[in-house]
Parts: sequence; C-alpha cells; structure tokens
Amino acid sequence: MGWNLKDGLRDCLIAAAPYGGPIALLREPQRRSPSARPQLEIYSASGGTLASFPWKSGVVKQLGWTVCDDLLCIQEDGTVLVYDLFGSFKRHFSMGNEVGQSQVVEAKVFHSPYGTGVAIVTGASRFTLATNIDDLKLRRLPEVPGLQGAPSCWAVLTQDRQSKVLVANGADLFILDYGTCTAVSPPGLSPQATSIIHMCVSFSYKYLALFTDSGHVWMGTSNLREKLSEVETKVRNPPRQMAWCRRPKSQQASVVIMWDRYLLVVGVCKDTIPFHFEDDSVLVPELDSVRIINATNHELLQEVPAACEEIFKIASMAPGALLLEAHKEYEKESQKADEYLREIKEQNLLGEAVKQCVEAAGHEHEAETQKTLLRAASFGKCFLSNFSPEPFVSMCRDLRVLNAVRDYTVGIPLTHTQFKQMTVQVLTDRLVYRRLYPLAIEICRYLKTPEYQGVSRVLKHWACCKVQQKEEADEVIARTISLKLGDAAGISYSEIANKAYECGRTELAIKLLEFEPRSGEQVPLLLRMKRSQLALSKAIESGDTDLVYTVVTYLKNEMNRGDFFMTLRNQPVALSLYRQFCKHQEQDTLKDLFNQDDDHQELGNFYVKASYKEKRLEARMSLLQSAVDEYNKAKNEFAAKATEDEMRLLRFQRKLEEDKGEYLLGFSLHDTLSTLLSLGLHKLAEQLYKDFRVPDKRYWWLKLTALADKADWEELEKFAKSKKSPIGYMPFVEVCVKRNNKFEAKKYVSKVTPEQKVKAHLAVGDLEGAADAAIERRNEGEISTVLSRCTPATDRTLVERLNRAKATATKK
Amino acid sequence: MRRKVARTSSSERRNHVTWPASHDCTARRVNMASHLSYGRVNLNILREAARKELREFLDKCAGSKAIVWDEYLTGPFGLIAQYSLLKEHEVEKMFTLKPGRVPPADVKNVIFFVRPKLELMDIIAENVTSEDKLQPQREFHILFVPRRSLLCEQRLKEQGVLNSFTNIDEYILDLIPYDGDLLSMESESAFRECYLENDQTSLYHTAKGLMTLQALYGTIPQIFGKGECARHVANMMLRMKREFAGSQNQILPVFDTLLLLDRNVDLLTPLATQLTYEGLIDEIYGITNGYVKLPPEKFAQKKAGEGGKDLPTEPKKLQLNSAEELYAEIRDKNFNAVGAALSKKAKIISAAFEERHNAKTVGEIKQFVSQLPHMQAARTSLANHTSIAELIKDITTSEVFFDNLTVEQEFMTGVDTDKINTYIEDCIAKKDPLIKILRLVCMQSVCNNGLKQKILDFYKREILQTYGYEHILTLNNLEKTGLLKPQTTTRNNYPTIRKTLKLWMEDANEQNPNDISYVYSGYAPLSVRLTQVLARPGWRSIEEVLKMLPGPHFEERQQLPPGLHKKRQQGENRTTLVFFLGGVTYAEIAALRFLSQMEDGGTEYIIATTKLINGTSWIKSLMDRPEAQIR
Repeated sequence: MGWNLKDGLRDCLIAAAPYGGPIALLREPQRRSPSARPQLEIYSASGGTLASFPWKSGVVKQLGWTVCDDLLCIQEDGTVLVYDLFGSFKRHFSMGNEVGQSQVVEAKVFHSPYGTGVAIVTGASRFTLATNIDDLKLRRLPEVPGLQGAPSCWAVLTQDRQSKVLVANGADLFILDYGTCTAVSPPGLSPQATSIIHMCVSFSYKYLALFTDSGHVWMGTSNLREKLSEVETKVRNPPRQMAWCRRPKSQQASVVIMWDRYLLVVGVCKDTIPFHFEDDSVLVPELDSVRIINATNHELLQEVPAACEEIFKIASMAPGALLLEAHKEYEKESQKADEYLREIKEQNLLGEAVKQCVEAAGHEHEAETQKTLLRAASFGKCFLSNFSPEPFVSMCRDLRVLNAVRDYTVGIPLTHTQFKQMTVQVLTDRLVYRRLYPLAIEICRYLKTPEYQGVSRVLKHWACCKVQQKEEADEVIARTISLKLGDAAGISYSEIANKAYECGRTELAIKLLEFEPRSGEQVPLLLRMKRSQLALSKAIESGDTDLVYTVVTYLKNEMNRGDFFMTLRNQPVALSLYRQFCKHQEQDTLKDLFNQDDDHQELGNFYVKASYKEKRLEARMSLLQSAVDEYNKAKNEFAAKATEDEMRLLRFQRKLEEDKGEYLLGFSLHDTLSTLLSLGLHKLAEQLYKDFRVPDKRYWWLKLTALADKADWEELEKFAKSKKSPIGYMPFVEVCVKRNNKFEAKKYVSKVTPEQKVKAHLAVGDLEGAADAAIERRNEGEISTVLSRCTPATDRTLVERLNRAKATATKK
Repeated sequence: MRRKVARTSSSERRNHVTWPASHDCTARRVNMASHLSYGRVNLNILREAARKELREFLDKCAGSKAIVWDEYLTGPFGLIAQYSLLKEHEVEKMFTLKPGRVPPADVKNVIFFVRPKLELMDIIAENVTSEDKLQPQREFHILFVPRRSLLCEQRLKEQGVLNSFTNIDEYILDLIPYDGDLLSMESESAFRECYLENDQTSLYHTAKGLMTLQALYGTIPQIFGKGECARHVANMMLRMKREFAGSQNQILPVFDTLLLLDRNVDLLTPLATQLTYEGLIDEIYGITNGYVKLPPEKFAQKKAGEGGKDLPTEPKKLQLNSAEELYAEIRDKNFNAVGAALSKKAKIISAAFEERHNAKTVGEIKQFVSQLPHMQAARTSLANHTSIAELIKDITTSEVFFDNLTVEQEFMTGVDTDKINTYIEDCIAKKDPLIKILRLVCMQSVCNNGLKQKILDFYKREILQTYGYEHILTLNNLEKTGLLKPQTTTRNNYPTIRKTLKLWMEDANEQNPNDISYVYSGYAPLSVRLTQVLARPGWRSIEEVLKMLPGPHFEERQQLPPGLHKKRQQGENRTTLVFFLGGVTYAEIAALRFLSQMEDGGTEYIIATTKLINGTSWIKSLMDRPEAQIR
C-alpha cells in the first residue's frame, strides 16, 4: 500500500468502495476537542492520497461511498454530509428530524439498482431508510416488538424491488419493510443458539449468513426459504466482520469471517480454511471476491476460477493445460508441441482449449501470465478454422485496459468479472471522478467508444472541473476549453456553462454558452442568469419561434411595460411574433405596441378592424374617425379618404333608413346604388353617384344591370338615349340577351361599334345581319365565325355569299 | 423518354399485383400508399416512419382510446394513416375538438390531436375541466402536431389543467408524402405568416422537416436558394446540422441538390390560370388533401331500369394521385391535349375488351379473366375522367374564360400593363367575384413592376366602392406582400426578366410539348425557369436577372462523411429537391415533371412545399374579412 499509516487501522472508521473503489479513513472519530480534531483521509485503493483534512463537523457514526464515488459521512445527529473524492463538500441532507434526540446508533450504506441508499437505527430502536439519496424519500420503518436499544445485528436487503431491513434481536429475526414487521425464522438454525450476533448479505442480496453466539454459521438464501449449510466455527466471540465470497454462478459459496487477526473461510462443506494476520484488517466484499486491506497490504481473496484451476492444476490434462504445454514446447522448438496439440485435436477439444486459455488470462493479474496464456490461445487458434476471433480480441483489449487501471498510480484493482459487470462507461466515469482525464480519453479511443459516449463525455467532465479553478481568469478558461473541446461531437457547452454558473462565474458561463450550438440549450440558462436580452437574441437566432415566445412571455412578466416594449423594438422578429400573439390574445396591447412605434398605418387598420366588431353605429363611426386620423398621420391620403367615404356612406344609409325605411346599412356603395335603382329611387342614386364620383362607365353598367334585372325596359331605353353611352351599346345587347329578351336587345344592335356588329347580331340570333356585317368588314375571322354558326337549316345562298366573301378576303 | 416508359410498366405491374379480384374500397385502401414508392425517391420510407411514430404514440396510451381532433389536422393525417390503422391500436371513437364537454365514450384514454395554438388550448382546458367526475376516470393525453410548444403548455398550466395529462407529446409531421414525387406541409397560412406577418414558425418547421428528410435520405450535399425565407431556412438547416454534430449521418445521399425558392421571387405564376388538366381541376373545383369534390350530375350511374330518376345530390368525391394509371398519364398535360389522350385510351380499353372474342383456349380465357379487374378499373377511371374533362371543357370554352385568359396573356407579354385595363374595369362594374379582380390587378401590378399611383388608386377605389370598404384591409395586405404596389422607379424590369428567362414562348406546343411553357399555353413559370437554368447552365449566367428578383441568392455545401460521395454512373440523372416556400401550383409541378422526363434533362425533380396553392386559394389566404354586424 502506498500509504504510510503510523497506527495501522486501529481506532479508525473505514469505508472502502466496492469495484476497487477509494478508501476513506477517519481516525478516532470520537474525539471532539478543537485542539485535536479527527483527521479524514481519502486514499485510492492502492493507498495513494487523494485528500486529507481535519474533521470539523459532528461525530461521525459511519462512512460510506455512493455509486458515483461520493463519500457519505453519517453523523450521530442524523445529518449526512456528502463529499467528493477530493474531499470537497458537495451537500448535506438529514435522515429525519426525530433522529435529533435519540441519535444514530448505527448506520449502513447500501447499493441497489435504484442508487445508493442509507439506513440508520436510532437510540429509540427505530429504523429509517432512504433507498436513493439522490432522490431522497425517507421511510420510517415500523417498530420491532420487544427491541430495546440497539439490535444485536442487522442488515439491509433488496428484495422484490424494495429495500427491507433484517433485524436480529437475540434469537428472534424480523423483516421490516415500509409497512410491516414480520417475524421470520431461518430454516434449520441450530437450536443451541440463543442470539444471532452477526449477519451479512451477499453482494447480490441473494444469500444470507448468520453467526450465532454458539459459534455456528448458518448460510442460506436471503428469502429464508432455503438453507445451504451450517458450520460450527468453535469461536464464540462476535466476529469483527463477515462477508460473502462467491463468484456469479459458482457452486462454492463461502463466507469469510474475521475476528481480530484471525480469518476463517467457511463453505458448504464442514472444512474451514483459517488465515492468520499480523495486523488489523478490513474486509471489502466484492461481486466475485473479498478484498482484505491492512496497513501494509491489499489482498484479494477469491475462489480460484474454474479455467485457471483446470489449466494450472498439477498434472492437469484439461485441454487448456495441454494447449499451454504445447505452446511452451513450441517456443522451445520441440516436436512435443505437435504431440500435445494432436492429443487435444483428437479429442476435438481445441476450441475448448483456446476458450479456456482466453478465460484464464482474464482472471490472471500478472501481465506475464496473461501474455503466456494469450499466446497459447493465439497459437491454438491457428489450427482452427471458423473460430470467432471476437472473444480473443476483446479479451486482449479488456486486459490492456484492466492492467492500465490496476497500475498503482491509478489504483483501481478490478477483476475481469467486475469490469464486465460495471461496463466501460462506468469505468470511464470513475476515472473522470478521479480526474484521470488523459487515461479516460485513451481508453475511450482505444476501445473505439463512440465519441458521443466516450471522449466527448470525458472532455465535458474535464471542462466542468476546469471552470471551478478559481485562480484562472474567465477569458483563459474559456479559451482553453474551446481549444480542447473544439468541435468534439455532442459536447454540451450549456452543461459546462451551467456548472460555471453554479460556481458563481456568470461571465464565464456566458462566454462558454457562446460555444453552444444548440440555442434551445442556451436560452433556459441565460434566463436563469437573468440575461434575458441575450436569451432573446439567442432564441431568435435558433429560429424556433416557440422559444422566442417563451422568452418574450418571460420578459413580459419580468420587466415593466416600457422596458419590455423597448426591448421588443430592438428585436423585430420578436416584435412581430408578439404582435401575432396580441392579435389573438390581447387586442389592447397590440394598440399600445403600434402607438409606441408611431405606426399610424397599422393603428388605422386596427381601428378599421375594431369598427367592424362594433354593433352600434355611433361607436363604429367614432372608431372609423380614429382610423381616419391615424391614416392622415401616416400620410396615407388614399386610406383616409376611403375611410371618410365609408363614413359618409354609412351616414347616407342611416338617413335612408330613417327617411325611407330601407335597411341598407353595411351595403357596399355598389349594392346601395343597385338597390336604390331597383327601388326606383333614381334621384337618390344620382346624388350618390355624384357625391362619390363613381366613374361614368361603372355607373352605366350598374344602372343598366339594375334596370334589366328589374325588367324595366322602358326606363332602360330612356337611359340608353339619355346621352352617349360611355360603355358603348354592346353591354346593352348582352344584358338584354342574358335576360332572354332578344326583342329589347335588337334595339341596341344598330348602335354598337362596327367591330362589335357581328358579335351583336350573332348574340340576338340574327345570322343574316351578322353575315352582312362581316362581309361588309371583309374580315376573314369574322366571316368564319359566322360560318361556324351556320347549320344545314341555314339559307344556302347566305352560306355561299359568305364563302365567296371569305375567298376574296383570304386572297387579299 | 426511356424513363417514362419504365415508369408506366412498373405501375402496370403494380396494378396486377395489388388490385386483386374486386376493385372495392378496402382493397384499394390497403395499398393506398404504393404510389409513393415508384418514383425516383421512395417517399414511402417517410410515410412509414411517420406511421411508425404514430403507432408508438398510440401504444403509449394503453387501453381503449378516443381521439379528439383539431379539425384542420384530419386532412393531412388522412395522407399518413387511415382509420383502420387507428382502429388496430384501439381507437374506438373520434370527435372534433369543440368547446364544452368531450362526448361520453366508454374508453380509457382521451387523446387530443392538436396544432400548438393558444385558442385550442383554451378549448382543451374547457374539455378537461368539464369532464364528468361521476363517470369512470378517463386519462387525458395531448399530441401536438407538428411540435410541442412551451407557450401552449404554459397556457394549460395557467388554466390549471397541465397536470391532468398523462402524456404530452409531439408528433413531428412536417413533410407529408403527397404523391410519388411530391411532399407538402399542408400549412395553409405559411405564405401569409412569412410574408405578411413576419412569423417564421413555418420556416422553422420547414428546416426541421428537411432535417428529418436528411436523416432518412442522407445529407443533401448542395443547397441553392433564392429569397429571404430561403436564406433563413438554409441558415437554420446549417445551424441544426451543427447542433447534431457527432451523430453523423451514414446514409448514402439520395438527393444531390436542394433548391429553396421563396414564393415571392415568383409572384406571377400562381396568379395566372393553370392550363394543365390537374391545374384546371384545382382552379375550378379545388383539390384539398388529394381529394376533389365534383358536381354529381355527370357521374350518375346509368343503370338500366332506373332511368336516371333520382340524381345524386351529394358531391362526388374522388381521390387524385398517381396510383391511378390514367390520371398519372394525363394530369400534367395541357388541357387541350387531354381529349386526344382520353380517346386514345378509350380505344385501347375497348380493344382490350374485344380481346375476349379472340380468346379461344381455356388458358387464354383464364388470362383474359385475370386481367378483367384491372381493365374494369381502367374503364371506371376513364369514365370518371371523361366526365371531369367534359365539365372543365364547358368552362374553358366559355367566353368569360377566354376573355380572362386573353387579358392574363396580354399582361404576361407586357401589353399595356401601364394603363387602366378596360376588361378589369368592366369586370368590376359587373361585380364579378372579387378574387378574380384581385388576381388580375395583382397580375398587372407584378407584370409592370408596380402600378402608377394614379392607376393603383383608381383600382383600389373601384374595388372599395363595389365590394365594400372593409376590403381596405385586404388591399393593405396585398400591398404589404408586394403583390400590389405603387411604382417606385420608372424602370419596369419585368420585360428584361421575361426576355432573359424566356418566360413567354410564342409557339408553345400544347399537344407534344418541347418546353415547360405548355403548362400555361405560352407562359413558362418563372420559378421553374430558375430551376431549369440552375441545372443547366447554372445561375451564374443570369446574375443580372437574379439581382432584379427580391431576396438574396446563395449556394451552400454540406460536408459529407468520407465514403458517402456518390459515384455517378454514366448517364445517371441527378436528383434535385425543389422546395417552394409559400406554396406551389399544380402547373409548376407539371412543368417540373416535364423537365424530369426530358430525355436529355439530366435532372429529376422531387417537389416539396408548404402548401399546394392556386391563385384563388392563395389570394384568399391573404384576405382579411371582418364580419360587420351593425345595428
């Protein structure tokens, strides 16, 4: 071990995290005098110092590590303080107010699929449990009947997706879950026992071991349905520590029990293996083994893996062993290599042999042994066809990574089984927590982890760490970060900026946000930092209008109206969006907006629109007057004039209603005129026509149509003769024909222009007239038109005349 | 014309395979989307992706469901999924979103399918709060289409109902596959929002939609664009690409080029009356979400015995897309060429039916019978289109139509665009439909690069006096979008544009076209000309004209990941996606399809747009109609 502990592990609170995690030590935790505070020390698994500082808070009952390598210090008063690997304080939480007086007697930190949990038992013999400290929900467990003071021993179990506590009170055993306290009894527990004095649960929560005051160890499943074995240890002292030592799927379950300087391995058989120590030690249960740490050494105790046993057992004839032998001979250039190889091949076990060697290499810790085994495997592979290289290659990669992290400078002693269980991603995270960024990046690159999950993630953590370096200037940090991160895929600059903001470095956060390509991510943080203007421009940049709306709504609540409008004024995109919003939601605000911008044109439109919503004529008139004023201010003479006309028309219509009882309000000028004409109110129509300076042409059309609709042919004829028609007389023909009055139509045929003659004659069905007109005009096209209207019933001579005329017209 | 032949044969094959024994509705519905897969780009992938997402959302709400629809969405959704799909996922009832209470239905879930509009949120809140507390509790969910909105969620929160929803999700439906070569966002108000109200929400959705498209069909290496909105969309796309940096798209690019075109670059084309078959159907009857409603008289079943006594009164609803072989063949023809095509088809079909007399052996008869369903379908299709063509012909041969077209063509050729037009004057005097007047006046303004103030004021006054003063708002809108404007400079650059881009072709061949101008019988749509020039010889040759058109023009390149650079085969065509921001007409689509099929064209076009428009629907979207109610 790299550490230098003067007093060994005596009088220490120790917590070592599983998966080769860090070790925390608190010397003499009971000391309270300010002159001699206990020292909290954090080491890597190889004993390298990570942090050391005097403990200034209350009395610590228990230390523990979370899954994210944070240190939990559970104090007597129920407060839990959270520190990171390097001893900086992160946060604290409490295990409940009621703990205060009774105080924590014992505490345990446990891990489950839901995260890291904490369980405590108070002086009042009550248990409180939190399954996940990151989503703290305290559960006070029911009382244990008859329990006074501390229980003799207890453990936390995770069963059926629930965390439960198993408590022993003398010989009685109870399971506590959220609602109930159930008395249980382990099947086949030896009757000599009067008290269960120690217990431990396996890493997977599947198995339970109980140690009784009679010196018996009972082993069984944690659901207490099955007993595996019971062994008598002949030691009656309560053990210091007890831990399961078994690998997944192994049949050789065993429990390691430790007293002062004496360690015993007990299993299903009656035999036990004793070990003696020179020094105080600590057991660290692992998934597939138990680590034993003392002041000078760090050892791994595990059941020898099957593959290693097969290969290295003395005089083993297992295929792997033979292959290893064959390879050794091959290196020596001896022909025996061939004999061994043939022996394996004859049994058709070469594949098996290679597999064994590869597997065994994974379990070995010495690089040389790993190499020997892998070389043997590689040698054997040469004689196989169709053998997937994948396991071999990935094992080589894994081992390379494992050897790198097992190095004492890194100090993460993982077994291959553990590594596979924890995955590369978690390992990268662990390295990142230890700030071993270069190694983490190397590993990601080496294993070709997708950049997004690998390198980028490491860089992000690095940057988050970087922004906390108070001594460096914002400018420098921002530049360093952008240089290193560059365009690495999937970097979330906003997360880094968020970190900077949390550290109180707002300026740095803003600088970092500049690098964030996703505006959607920038905006919420900027809003939180009260940089609403910047947030607004970022939102606009993103093009996401919903985001702009969000910021605008935020600004609206945040600022006073004047400032708010000013801000919008500088951001036309936001302004037009807000206008849209107001158009549907807040009409009055819309008006204010236009007012502020002196947008008289829009104000005019606004009043016009509003006027149509008014039911009362007076109100409508006054709105229209406002519109006129605004249009005038906007120098839009046309609109002002038009609106004035509209008012004039309305007034006229109202008068009409009063005088004649004709309801025309809201009619267009055209419709008003038509109605007047069809009512025979020619004078009024005439007046309106003059007042509104209706063009003659249109008035003629209008009157013509109105009279024809009314079938007032007499008046129509009078009208036609009143003066020269500005629209010619073709419309008269057409309008009459349209109303099926060919007789009237014919009256106007003679008056149409020469160009329209043919058309007019045809319209009234006078083929002969049309023919005459066409021939007279010598127009080929017109002659053809007339010809096309001829039917077999038509007079032959007419057709001939036309044809002749056509011929002459063509010749010309 | 090689490709064209290949296309027909594949569609023939499809008809054999997918239209089994009976040509009934269900059989068609199952294969409704097959026409999406036969183009150059298989747009069915997009549709399938959309359907998958829909199914996933529906499955998220376990148990029986009722859907409450924002009515606007039902049309676009019909292009993605039929009721059968919803039914498979336990959708038992469908309602329209209305204030008040959601009708009683014994279902576990009530799902609101809505656009993110504040007005709709208020209705939803009312729905939720007035839910009958005595009935068994129903779970509420919201599906926002095409995107969820913080603003709307905030509104729901203010109304105190946000927590009543189990799921609040978004259904990203930006580009909807409309046909084998056509995508539409079906966003009616996109033009109005972008060019009138300066609300670029639809452009954001466009950019998002293009990102989705690229995720499915690979990064588009080249982006060209013309116009402010095009620039904005391209900027957002490039920005979004940076945002997603890292998730490199490893799909071989299907599209070579993206061309983004602002509608306001070419305001003229939609104003003109479309003269293709499909264009005319749209102009006259209006095609919505791929369906057209036609007057029923011509479609009456003439069955013996019934004597045609009771004519159907319900309009005849027909679906129009390339799944129908005949329609695919004639839709893009100039209407004057449709008659000939129909009679040719009629001959082929009757010849096919005559075949039965030649069938002697059992084998021959069997083969004949197996083709019968296909032939019968073809016959129905022919009958339908003959009826439609007759309906249209009645209109196109009318004097009104002819006069209108003459004026349009005069404007497009630059005849007397600077004078008050007597035809327009007469039309106003006769109080012809306002939209017709507006189309013509706007057209004159566009073709004259603005009207003299005096002329403009004259038209405006005439319109206000005839149709009512409330239209001052509409006129103002048209001026804001540039459709109607006072002449600011004396120089009219439209003739230059017309000449350089050859927008008017005197000798347009309607029967066997050799130029895109056939779609308007002489006028070549400016937008499509720009597209054509871009492909060959390139925009550099028309820099001057581009400068005259509004907005910037630009080119951007998107880096492809190594190894994805396309190695083009000799003679292999390029694929260009043309995106019309603010709408596209059927005639423009026809023109682009024509370019795709040109033997030496070298480029095939896929068309995308915010909405399929015609002059009428377009002008309508720009109108403000306050409802007057005075007393």
